[in-house]
Amino acid sequence: MVAPALTAVKFDTEGFMIDKSQWTRELAVEIARQEGIETLTDEHWRIIDFCRKTGEQTGKSPTLRNITDGIGISTKELFSLFPKGPAKKVAKIAGLGKPEGCV
Amino acid sequence: MKTFLILGAGTGGTMVANKMADALDPQEWRIIIVDKDQMHYYQPGFLFIPFGIYRPEDIVKPKRNLLPKRVEVIFDDIELIEPDKNKVTLLDKKTINYDYLVIATGSYIYPDETPGLRDGWHKNIFDFYTPAGAAKLYQFLETWQGGRFVLNVTEMPIKCPVAPLEFMMLADWFFQMRGIRNKVELVYATPLPGAFTKPVCSTMLAGVLKTKNITVHPEFNIMEVDNNKQVIRSYDETEVPYDVLVSIPLNKGAEVIKHSGMGDSLNFIPTNKTTLQSEKWQNVFIIGDAGNVPTSKAGSVVHFMLDILVENILSHMKGQEMRAAFDGHANCYIETGFNKAVLIDFNYEIEPLPGTFPLPGVGPFTLLGESVVNHWGKLAFKWIYWNILLKGLDIPTVHSHMSMSGKKPVPAIINS
Repeated sequence: MVAPALTAVKFDTEGFMIDKSQWTRELAVEIARQEGIETLTDEHWRIIDFCRKTGEQTGKSPTLRNITDGIGISTKELFSLFPKGPAKKVAKIAGLGKPEGCV
Repeated sequence: MKTFLILGAGTGGTMVANKMADALDPQEWRIIIVDKDQMHYYQPGFLFIPFGIYRPEDIVKPKRNLLPKRVEVIFDDIELIEPDKNKVTLLDKKTINYDYLVIATGSYIYPDETPGLRDGWHKNIFDFYTPAGAAKLYQFLETWQGGRFVLNVTEMPIKCPVAPLEFMMLADWFFQMRGIRNKVELVYATPLPGAFTKPVCSTMLAGVLKTKNITVHPEFNIMEVDNNKQVIRSYDETEVPYDVLVSIPLNKGAEVIKHSGMGDSLNFIPTNKTTLQSEKWQNVFIIGDAGNVPTSKAGSVVHFMLDILVENILSHMKGQEMRAAFDGHANCYIETGFNKAVLIDFNYEIEPLPGTFPLPGVGPFTLLGESVVNHWGKLAFKWIYWNILLKGLDIPTVHSHMSMSGKKPVPAIINS
């Protein structure tokens, strides 16, 4: 059963929020659960907050390197916090757009 | 006498030298350009070397021949840039004090940054981003009888971001021509969420790789190469086996940028994306791959940056406001094999859209669609590069800013 908070929010076919202004911390918790992360720890939040700040400043989701450099953690640690494709996963949870190339 | 210094005599440096040689009074200004290599390679040609379409000697000219006579050319490595002191020191310890500096030092591959990548280097693991790598791969493919052929992109950004796609599609064509396509498995492992990430490109080109039987492994973030087991391994422990691996290693700016404390963690210099001025030093401007502007690292981008960069530098010299604004314009051919190519044209704000280029209706090039004319356009471009682009000349009907002329806007595509 989908959690109540999620039903009011529109997502695209890949699970990214369509209206980014609807993001809340409670919503992030629900999206994370859908992404297989049961609990968001302080470490998770540090990364989510950093990504939201970068998103606001640059208009884009940060790259893995932006995150590891900006926060000061290793790539392996980032993968252990957000398994299997952290760039996309964090972008979804933080209510940002998906990472894109030029084409 | 004032000094206008350009670091790097590749695509960007050469174009800037040619423009400034015309714009600056020789009684007032010395123009100096520094590069560590004497030979200028047409880098878009590297893609064709492994498949025997070009040889390295077809795509190289001496740098000195491409630079105007009044420009002093120094062939040496750069040891240190000290922008707070307006000074550059070369490897032979010679120092150059400058009034204005343009950094055009480009972007390079760093295979040593991925553990294990060097283990089979140029034996069963290749790059095609250097003439040597491309030539070695050509020799290897001459006698290769088939197997698992994997192309991996280490991390974004890379220069020429469409090259991996072109490479895979040319490989499909190449192996079909050789009659061994059914013995080859083509796999493209990319850190991006897909081969195509922009909505319109995805809609219009998604089927292309599938038709060519190219398997895509998206979100593959390579951690290391295990050449004993012949797999590439990602940070989440996924393994992709290979018989031959073509790698686009980590791309970073020049080492001297790091050494001089001027770059980000990939040695790219923080650059104002509109004016192309350094974010930190007023008399320093950056052209091409050396900067960190949020558009592709590509030769066409350098061409579109040129007029804006030169106009802004000249304004700045006169103490005037810099009004020229770069819009991130890029225009790239994507070879799709069988003498066809796709053309894409985009900027910071607008993703690649279908239509015709540069003229509405007439084209002659097709945007986001395969055509033979596009392919011949790509090949003809080599002449345009050497004879028109590098000299800082304009291509008729093609403007620095991206134009919507000839393009179909997005709602029309979604509703059709």
